[in-house]
Amino acid sequence: MFGDYSIGDLGAIFAMQGFAGLILFSVYVLMALGLAIIFGQMGVINMAHGEFMILGAYVTWMTSNAFQTYLPALFPGYFFVAMILAFLASGALGMLVEWGLIRHLNRRPLDTLLATWGLSLILQQAYRSIFGAREVGVELPQWMLGSKQITDTIEVPINGIFVMCLTFLITAAVAYVMYKSRWGRQVRAVVQNRVMAGAVGINTEKVDRYTFGLGCGIAGVAGSAFTMIGSTGPTSGQLYIVDTFLVVVFGGAASLFGTIASAFSISQAQSTMEFFMSGSMAKVLTLLAIVAILMMRPQGLFALKVRK
Amino acid sequence: MADEKDQGLHSPFRRKLLMGMAALPAMTMLPRTSFAQAPATAAVNTTGLAVTDTEVTVGILHSITGTMAISETGSVQAEKLAIEQINASGGVLGRKIKFIQEDGASDWPNFAEKAKKLLVNDKCAAVMGCWTSASRKAVLPVFEQYNGMLYYPTFYEGLEQSKNVIYTGQEATQQIIAGLDWVNKTKGAKSFYLLGSDYIWPRTSNKIARKHIEGHLQGCKVVGEEYFPLGHTQFNSVINKIKLTKPDVIYAIIVGGSNVAFYKQLKAAGIDLSKQTLLTISVTEDEIDGIGGENIAGAYACMKYFQSLDNPNNKAFVAAFKKMWGEKTVIGDVTQAAYLGPWLWKLTVEKAGSFDIDKVAAASPGVEFKGAPEGYVRVHENHHLWSKTRVGKAKLDGQYELVYETADLVEPDPFPKGYQ
Repeated sequence: MFGDYSIGDLGAIFAMQGFAGLILFSVYVLMALGLAIIFGQMGVINMAHGEFMILGAYVTWMTSNAFQTYLPALFPGYFFVAMILAFLASGALGMLVEWGLIRHLNRRPLDTLLATWGLSLILQQAYRSIFGAREVGVELPQWMLGSKQITDTIEVPINGIFVMCLTFLITAAVAYVMYKSRWGRQVRAVVQNRVMAGAVGINTEKVDRYTFGLGCGIAGVAGSAFTMIGSTGPTSGQLYIVDTFLVVVFGGAASLFGTIASAFSISQAQSTMEFFMSGSMAKVLTLLAIVAILMMRPQGLFALKVRK
Repeated sequence: MADEKDQGLHSPFRRKLLMGMAALPAMTMLPRTSFAQAPATAAVNTTGLAVTDTEVTVGILHSITGTMAISETGSVQAEKLAIEQINASGGVLGRKIKFIQEDGASDWPNFAEKAKKLLVNDKCAAVMGCWTSASRKAVLPVFEQYNGMLYYPTFYEGLEQSKNVIYTGQEATQQIIAGLDWVNKTKGAKSFYLLGSDYIWPRTSNKIARKHIEGHLQGCKVVGEEYFPLGHTQFNSVINKIKLTKPDVIYAIIVGGSNVAFYKQLKAAGIDLSKQTLLTISVTEDEIDGIGGENIAGAYACMKYFQSLDNPNNKAFVAAFKKMWGEKTVIGDVTQAAYLGPWLWKLTVEKAGSFDIDKVAAASPGVEFKGAPEGYVRVHENHHLWSKTRVGKAKLDGQYELVYETADLVEPDPFPKGYQ
């Protein structure tokens, strides 16, 4: 397939293709981060993760409309406000859900699975009733559209750069909170031994609530960012959920580093193969490889070593 | 459920009530014969359908919940509008249409179950419904077993024909061939990159497109053909491949949420649709709502109807639709095809002089609807419609501008020879 092209052309395409892989990597990390926190720290499988993302997307859509109507002059910067609002909205809903639903199902992972799946259906229908069954179009400020010309032949999409920066910032922030802050220590203590953590004075219920809220909030930010690259409709969250679980499970549920490593390997495999074969076949091969690896390493790529 | 649909229903209903009351005094003055126009029920309904002296029941069977609600909402709205208009103009054989709406819930076995309910329990004289091919395939045996009549609105892959179905959308060859000829002739396109979501309609359509490009267009070739799982959201790799192969035309049959991702990423990757020709058969005005006009402006779509069509029928239709469902609603190809369903059924019943399914099926070929928003349609022997094929260019505001239409109606050919 490369016979007719000059070396320069091919170099440019491979550079852009490498960049496409990095964008996909950022998207995967951003999707999976919230789920990894909730799954890893609380053992809760949040099937409604995609719906929390879409809440963020709808918040972005509403913010965009509000800015267009009331503050058209500030429209170019609305996206940052929207992401903060998306974080707050999804986080608040997450905390409410934890308080009303999840905490009653403590230590019953299969029940939380079912309950959050039900929640995802309820949220989907709620979005449909509130925002209508049709997809909504989120308008972006001009500077976020289009691509950046790096050399004559290499162009990279601006929204891709944006997602990469965002992912880097959020991952750094989460890593800092989890591994450096006092609250992060409490979270890790609860994960390792809930009873002992309670005994030394950690309010485990509160830790759970904020952990769940943080996970959902990050999902909201992800949803907000994905309005740049995907659709916003009542069931759009379903488009992401499979890939998200794949990344988290493959990486090893309890490990933040594992999530990142798994997102990297899946995204690179996927985007490289997609270049050489059809999209469907690339997906099939990626899934087969993951299944094979998980059969050999059921705990995922990186498992936290704890005494059981 | 405080849905937009429900709110929309109230005001026309109230309007109708008021109109009805205003007409009361006038009615007492009418000669009695005007009531006797409707033929006797025993004569027009010999098979026990839900027909009374004043009413006839039809079914509406679409997904109003689940993934497909995005697409099917417009069809439901169009069918309700058509039914209301038919009732306002005197009904069918002097009988008002009453509809029973069931929710297919985007679940194909559920479609079959609801279809059975509409035919067996409710004895509907006709059903307007289904959207995806999968749902149509699920209900088809039910309609054939219990002898019902289905009006199916979506453009689809063809390869089907049933006595019990009238296909009011285009089958694949109607939608594809004229568009490819046009792009070849006016844009001088020689190389095509075919894209699609991975299921039967895009695959069959691209197969027809490939046969036509390679067999019927001089010196043209297909430089790539790719499919993506439904719901795929990452198109950067294929966009790079497109940049590498530099096709004259990107031929895209991507559906659902993937559509939005595809066009947003195409724009973000710097592919300017005013320079790169893109021809799609899967993006109607409905989809542009989600994609955003700025992301798809400049692309061409090939189908039979655009909201912007400039003819008196369409102007009245668009005005009535917006009055019933809100100023902001848009009307896509399938919505218009769904609107044809109740009207074609009314015309056929009146031609047959009977509600009986067999008589309606037999009377269908040759039925013409001159009030169609798309202009004029006629039912073919094979229960598909003769219709014109049109090419539109997407504009920033999410509407299409008509750039080409076939001079004559295109014959439906669900089993195209040499294209399979």
